[in-house]
Amino acid sequence: MNLSNMYQEVILDHYKSPRGKGLQETFGGEAHHVNTTCGDEITVRVQLSEDGNSIKKISYASTGCSISQASASIMFEQIDGKNLTDFNKSSEEFLAMMQSKGKFEPNEDLLGDGVSMIGVAQYPARIKCALLSWMAAKDAIIRAKGE
Amino acid sequence: MTISDSKIKLDIKKIQLDFPILAREVRNNRKLIYLDSAATSQKPQVVIDAQNRFYETINSGVHRGAYYLAELATDAHEHAREIISGFINIKPDQLIFTKNATESINLLSYAFLNATLKSKTDAAVDKRLVLNAGDEILVSELEHHANLVPWQELCLKTGAVLKWIPITDQGLLDYSKVDELIGVKTKIVSISHMSNVLGSITDIELIRKAAKSVNAFFFIDACQSVPHMPVDFTKLGADAIVWSGHKMLGPLGIGLLAATTELLDIMPPFITGGSMIETVSMQKSTFAKAPKKFEAGTPPAAEAVGLGAAVEYLQKIGMQNVHDHERHLTKLMVDGLKNIEGVTIYGPTDDRERGSTVSFALNGLHPHDVGQVLDDMGIAVRVGNHCARPIMDKLKVQSTTRASTYIYNDDSDIEALLDGINEVFKFFGAR
Repeated sequence: MNLSNMYQEVILDHYKSPRGKGLQETFGGEAHHVNTTCGDEITVRVQLSEDGNSIKKISYASTGCSISQASASIMFEQIDGKNLTDFNKSSEEFLAMMQSKGKFEPNEDLLGDGVSMIGVAQYPARIKCALLSWMAAKDAIIRAKGE
Repeated sequence: MTISDSKIKLDIKKIQLDFPILAREVRNNRKLIYLDSAATSQKPQVVIDAQNRFYETINSGVHRGAYYLAELATDAHEHAREIISGFINIKPDQLIFTKNATESINLLSYAFLNATLKSKTDAAVDKRLVLNAGDEILVSELEHHANLVPWQELCLKTGAVLKWIPITDQGLLDYSKVDELIGVKTKIVSISHMSNVLGSITDIELIRKAAKSVNAFFFIDACQSVPHMPVDFTKLGADAIVWSGHKMLGPLGIGLLAATTELLDIMPPFITGGSMIETVSMQKSTFAKAPKKFEAGTPPAAEAVGLGAAVEYLQKIGMQNVHDHERHLTKLMVDGLKNIEGVTIYGPTDDRERGSTVSFALNGLHPHDVGQVLDDMGIAVRVGNHCARPIMDKLKVQSTTRASTYIYNDDSDIEALLDGINEVFKFFGAR
């Protein structure tokens, strides 16, 4: 195991230049999640399309470590504008990868740059960091749907 | 002359050999450099052996059974109580074994709650333990959650009001505020002896005088002090102190409460059940005297015996020697951190005002990332809010990186940390 497995260039790039960061004023659902062990926080806002089947706009504000920040940025890139079926597939794929202890062949179509997070799955203490944004997005979508 | 009487240069290399875990390799086959003793300390072989020997040779029901093994187990348990109580200069029946220091503080806070509830129907309850709406409990802003949340809960249930001594920018208690915060309504003052985040050492005498001037109960969270410096309960002048076994080379699963006999006599029990009673009928029960009154259920006897061995190990080294050694390491660490560009140290930098727990930031980098790269080099530090969220708010940070030492750390461990920090900056291209 090597540290550069976790901190791949693409992760450090997302960390240093996060995509889509900043909250949108218009949203249908919002979720605020905290990683209680380190205090990392994220707020995710979701605006669904009129038929309620796709994510019209997702936005977020977050503070935290490189892994949680990069994960949020990657998630934004992957799911902004996607329909909810695709979001669910990506989200499930990401969760399965993070729970795999690194023994996983991630699907790049579903995860995009998220495949680079495979190294993080080998460090149990950091899995929560990677999952924080995805879990918050899931909650925000549920709230946007009014369920 | 025994070692504990003398000021000697300790042979740390020899001490390290007593700790089997220090011989193991961690990630990437690196030597373990353990700098997280403020969370939990490592255990010398004598402690592991003492605990194992209990199970191998005398395991049986402590304080129950009239057979040979039960006698030996009971003796071993009570002998451990003698060793540990002697360590902080109290009588054995002033020492209560709990599960951990958190439980010890809850034992105190629940005594007040239970007394307050019972006082409505039982005239025998000591009025000093009864809280009324508007009574005040004083803590400080640097408390571990363990010495904060139980008092918040007690306030919620009784209508008492929680007050706290703020901390200065240097991470010390703002003693100038003590007089205005302590008054006739103050019933309890509960303060940390040494901060588990900033390492700041509290001026106990100043707080004690203020607390006693209004006849408030005075409690001390001594989790970070008893393992690292000589502590004499009678000199502290507190009504009770709490600490944990696992932070002082002892096993996990055993905490301690030391209190005045007077307080132990008047406090109602916290956890009730077997072992803590005098007589029991189907309608009601009467309780045993301390320490039994506060030790319901089967006790952690092997852990007590292991902790007894840990205390004897520390006594052999001498607590002043432990303290002097750690002060040397602290100075090395603080001076070294000061000399690295881009590092911010939280808490006092004068080694007379602090213990060997040092929180810091690598500017621009998140502690989780710092800890991860250090871990890659075999260096174990703590990252996070250290169960003391209010300090984080005060420092306006989410979390910190914390390094803390003990008797088995040497200069090379500190050098490895300082080198490691430079590596972290390099790895992330920051600074």
